[in-house]
Amino acid sequence: MSKFSLSDKAFDRLNFFLVLMITLIIIYPLIFVISASISDPHAVNTGRMWLWPVEITVDGFIRVFQNEAIWVGYRNTIMYTVIGVSIHLTILLPAAYALSRKELMAKKTFLWIILFTMLFNGGLIPTYLVVKNLGMVNTMWAIVIPGVIGAWSILVARTFFQQTIPDQLVEASKIDGASDIYLFFKVVLPLSLPMIAVMGLFHGVALWNQYFNALIYLSDEQLFPLQLILRQILILNETSADSAATAAGAAQSFADQVKTASLVKYAVIIVSSLPLLIVYPFLQRFFVKGVLIGSVKE
Amino acid sequence: MDQMKKRYQITTNFRSNWQLYLFLLPVLTYFFVFHYIPMYGVQIAFKDYFANLGMFGSPWVGFEHFVRFFESYYFWRLLKNTIILNAYNLLLFPLPIIFALMLNELRNGTFKKWTQTLTYAPHFISVVVVVGMLVAFLDPNTGIINHVLRSFGIEPVSFLTSPEWFRHIYVWSGQWQSLGWGTIIYLAALAGVNPELHEAAKVDGASRFQRILHINIPSILPTIIILFILNIGNFMQIGFEKVLLMQNNLNSETSDIIQTFVYETGLLEGQYSFAAAIGLFESAINIVLLITVNHIARKVSSNSLW
Repeated sequence: MSKFSLSDKAFDRLNFFLVLMITLIIIYPLIFVISASISDPHAVNTGRMWLWPVEITVDGFIRVFQNEAIWVGYRNTIMYTVIGVSIHLTILLPAAYALSRKELMAKKTFLWIILFTMLFNGGLIPTYLVVKNLGMVNTMWAIVIPGVIGAWSILVARTFFQQTIPDQLVEASKIDGASDIYLFFKVVLPLSLPMIAVMGLFHGVALWNQYFNALIYLSDEQLFPLQLILRQILILNETSADSAATAAGAAQSFADQVKTASLVKYAVIIVSSLPLLIVYPFLQRFFVKGVLIGSVKE
Repeated sequence: MDQMKKRYQITTNFRSNWQLYLFLLPVLTYFFVFHYIPMYGVQIAFKDYFANLGMFGSPWVGFEHFVRFFESYYFWRLLKNTIILNAYNLLLFPLPIIFALMLNELRNGTFKKWTQTLTYAPHFISVVVVVGMLVAFLDPNTGIINHVLRSFGIEPVSFLTSPEWFRHIYVWSGQWQSLGWGTIIYLAALAGVNPELHEAAKVDGASRFQRILHINIPSILPTIIILFILNIGNFMQIGFEKVLLMQNNLNSETSDIIQTFVYETGLLEGQYSFAAAIGLFESAINIVLLITVNHIARKVSSNSLW
């Protein structure tokens, strides 16, 4: 026996060490970005800053907050996320509840209609043409409505209702003369708050982070969400997004511009990602719950 | 008689439960407009789309667009790039499983919790930011990676403009984002493993590693199979939004995949019908793959999606 426990101890040590290494590798880029956002850009660009901040400065954040395009993008993203999540929940919850009730006729057919969209869809071009023909191009609705709901969320919410709302409760209330609408608002929803939070969070994160719908449907910069602005700054290296800063500094040297650009880059990553990164550890159990209900299938 | 009875049942059911059908109406309308109309609209792949005639009024041309695509010089390149990129990604499918098995063996609960929270973090970062970070880290002059290479006396590499680096960067940055998050389902499955099995194995003198191999892995195998089928279902169409962001003229030799091509020809050049045909070709491959894998899984293991 002792031979095994000795090798088990070695196993434990090795395993602990490997997990620690993997975790450090995963977390390192995030620490780097945080440190780079408050370090002197020259130290960052020459590789002098590699872990902890060097010559701390908050210039990057000041430039970011002076940049009008970023503010507009931020405002738009918050607006799209709030409106999108509201519509998502408004149409998701009643539908999932209806599909969880055994009185519903042709339930199989309805479910099949919904699930089939997971297997097959019209593809990018026909979907684009439908959105275009509905006159949604270059409006907020092109961001909020296509993709407002998916088969997966309906399945998750339905499974939740099936597991938490007992049939007897529904039957008893019905005998007392309660309507489905009354039952839904007064009984079902109050019992489902954690699930509602989970569904809202998942959809909210997706909306906050998406850029592609905005890329194909929007051309008016005043409507751009934050992610499109980020794409200009981080990937396309468009300094025009920096207009406010350059106007203030009038005749900036080229070297200065490069310096500013790299300062702004890291700061803008922080400003856009921080809300989610701060919030999710507190809501982690909700997210995990969502993934797990989603993985339970009948 | 029977039919009358049935009709009567339907009307009474509808009369007493009409509110439930009302609840369902918005979602059904959504799926009809944004999924089923586009599905019906796929017919433009067999038509010559004219904006003034619309999706349903444009003239039929049969398989013309498909033939043009199959005969084009870029067809094989697009197909090859798409398959290699996805196969490479699929090859890393076991990594979250291994990481979950490792996390499951941790004896220190606090450390385990911290590890989970920290490794989930990249999941919440948008693709735009991830690619933005890649651009910054891999920059040939100012990027940290090239500084490290330089300190070892290696010439700086312009990673993001090199076709030979594109796939590695794409796949491994994806793994960085999803490794931690991908363990959630496996960890839950591992929590459900019967502890008596482990006790019995311990009595028989099985080591930790043997118990992982002969108890934990077989116990979560059904979960693994289902997730594998789901992954296959997404074969050919994963992460296209990230490819689009990482793509440039210099790396297009390996980064041109079917979906980015659909986007370019369809939405940038306005060749709607041609692009729709290419998109349809891709969906068709996907469905065939999914059905095949599901069929095999059902035959071999009795775990399947349907």
